[in-house]
Amino acid sequence: MMRKLLVFIFLAVIAVALVATVLEMPPIGDPMNITNNEVPQRYLEDSLQETGALNVIASIITDYRAFDTLGEATVLFVAIAAAISNLKAH
Amino acid sequence: MTMIDILLRLHQNSYYFFAIILFIIGFHTMLSHNNLIKKVIGMNIMDTSIFLFFVAIGYVNGGRAPILEPGVPYTAYVNPLPSALILTGIVVAVSVTAYALSLIVKLYKHYGTIDAEEIMRIRGGDIQ
Amino acid sequence: MEDIIVRYVTRIILPFVQLYGLYVVLHGHLSPGGGFSGGAIIGASMILYALAFNLSAGSKKLSHDVSSALESGGALLFAGMGIFAILLGTNFLGNKVAGIPIGTPGNLFSSGAIMIITFGVGVKVASTMITLFYSLIEGEDHSHDHD
Repeated sequence: MMRKLLVFIFLAVIAVALVATVLEMPPIGDPMNITNNEVPQRYLEDSLQETGALNVIASIITDYRAFDTLGEATVLFVAIAAAISNLKAH
Repeated sequence: MTMIDILLRLHQNSYYFFAIILFIIGFHTMLSHNNLIKKVIGMNIMDTSIFLFFVAIGYVNGGRAPILEPGVPYTAYVNPLPSALILTGIVVAVSVTAYALSLIVKLYKHYGTIDAEEIMRIRGGDIQ
Repeated sequence: MEDIIVRYVTRIILPFVQLYGLYVVLHGHLSPGGGFSGGAIIGASMILYALAFNLSAGSKKLSHDVSSALESGGALLFAGMGIFAILLGTNFLGNKVAGIPIGTPGNLFSSGAIMIITFGVGVKVASTMITLFYSLIEGEDHSHDHD
């Protein structure tokens, strides 16, 4: 019972903090938002000449930021290797 | 700021609000259940809330998916950068889930249960 | 599991699922999707086969050693494209600057290294899912004859 009360108070504090943060965020979908700056504009305008791929997301993850994707593949590889060595250990 | 203003603001940013609800549901699942599998499920729900929050940042009103078509100006597409970046988060979530499940399999082999408090009792540690 | 309905439906839909996964991987630079989502579809089709029939039938189609080798091979194909761009005299993972022909945008064989990298990632993700599934199942079997 004590634990349930503690969990409720903890979650209420987190929820109030998160809602207070969302109230200060800019509205969703406004083209004037600070996230729609020159970086996605450059990707959308020049990726067809620079990579030849119609899918802009594919050109970002496998050309402009391919090093990030290589690290991502490494994370997957290491996690599966750790899981298998954990399962096969005696 | 009155209550009406707060509700209007939450309705305007409804994707962020639903991401918070998902986050709280996942956190509650992790905190209040003793079953380790249920803790992993709660962690996955929290991951999903973060993905929803991040992808919602990139939306532009009336935007189309960023598959290029000739003659369409760049302002007609949504922001492709959050969708590309959150792929890393999805892969890390899958990796963490796989490793956690393998650890749970080993714990079950060793202790014969997947209840966290039961495992603490077998180990002889304090519960509270 | 000896369920005739599950086996029959699995046998019907399995080629379509795998063909769709292959389509998503190979058209990653033209349409929504890519290596990660297409690889997940292909891996899920193999898991469905091993669940509907039994594990030995699934291992006969794609053994544990082959899927482990494919997992390393997909990552090596990715890194190999990066080294190939260095050998051509530019940065790691360069595409058009390295002189790889990008073809006509919109064709299936276009965009140079992107298609090869997407294929490598698809192979890697599919074999990762299959390897993880086999490891979790076999670990359970192993404990039974060990105890």
